[in-house]
Amino acid sequence: MELQEFITNFANQFEETDSSVFTKDTVFKNLDEWSSLLALSIIAMVDEQYGVALKGDDIRSANTIEDLFGIVKSKK
Amino acid sequence: MYNPFSLENKTILVTGASSGIGRAIAIESSKMGASVIITGRNEERLKETHAQMEGNKPDYIVADLSNSDDVQNLSENITSLNGLVNCAGLTKVLPFPFAERKDFEEVMEVNFFAPTELSRLLVKSKKLQKGASIVFISSVSGVYCSAVAGSIYSSSKGAINGLAKAMALDLAPKGIRVNCVNPGMIDTHIFSEGKITQEQLKEDMKRYPLKRYGKPEEVAYAVIYLLSDAAEWITGSNLLIDGGYTLL
Repeated sequence: MELQEFITNFANQFEETDSSVFTKDTVFKNLDEWSSLLALSIIAMVDEQYGVALKGDDIRSANTIEDLFGIVKSKK
Repeated sequence: MYNPFSLENKTILVTGASSGIGRAIAIESSKMGASVIITGRNEERLKETHAQMEGNKPDYIVADLSNSDDVQNLSENITSLNGLVNCAGLTKVLPFPFAERKDFEEVMEVNFFAPTELSRLLVKSKKLQKGASIVFISSVSGVYCSAVAGSIYSSSKGAINGLAKAMALDLAPKGIRVNCVNPGMIDTHIFSEGKITQEQLKEDMKRYPLKRYGKPEEVAYAVIYLLSDAAEWITGSNLLIDGGYTLL
């Protein structure tokens, strides 16, 4: 499981935000496009790609994409 | 005492009675004088419901309605009914691009196929008496509105709504009434898997004109009305219980 791939999968859920915006340090909840639907899409993507069931609180406690990557890794 | 909403001398089967709305319906209906047969998957929690019921309490029946043998056995275990409340249900929160056929099947099995088949078996075996009332716990979702990532749940409740109307027509000659109640968000554990945070639920609550979610008992009172003889001329209807949610 690689961080770069995770960032790509994460970025793929977005429609408006350019993929160049996404790095490991992106504070994703500050993005204009962030929404409850996107949070649920990230949870569904993580389940589909990594077989990990995230909770809404996991999304809440992560600030950057790397934080979330760490949470997913720890649950794998 | 004058009470057109009484359920005295009525035997009523409630599915999904081990928790949430089903539990409240079982308890409140028993307090209104019904003899309530409860069923659900979890025996421990069924016992808790049973302990809170009043009056004449028939034995509970453990059944998993996602299993067609259990549905068949349940219908065979019943002798005579004046009411059936199809309450067992679950939800699966997934954005549409992730909602696969297997996810729809899992929810449709419990929310749609199981209550459909149970109702059919009970009707066909003539266990539902003349004047009986069938109530489906539908939702605002899939009938009046939907919710983000709610395609699966909405589909199942929309399907139930269509079913109830056609059943109401087909069962009218038998004197059996069929109705839905359509609750907005009720304070139960339906989102216990945790995809939705408590914070998000609190935020959502503010969108209700009456500024709170419903209580399970508040759905039960509507169901009691539809089960009672006070609703004798009501069939094929939807009873909206949503704190004003769908007004906006």
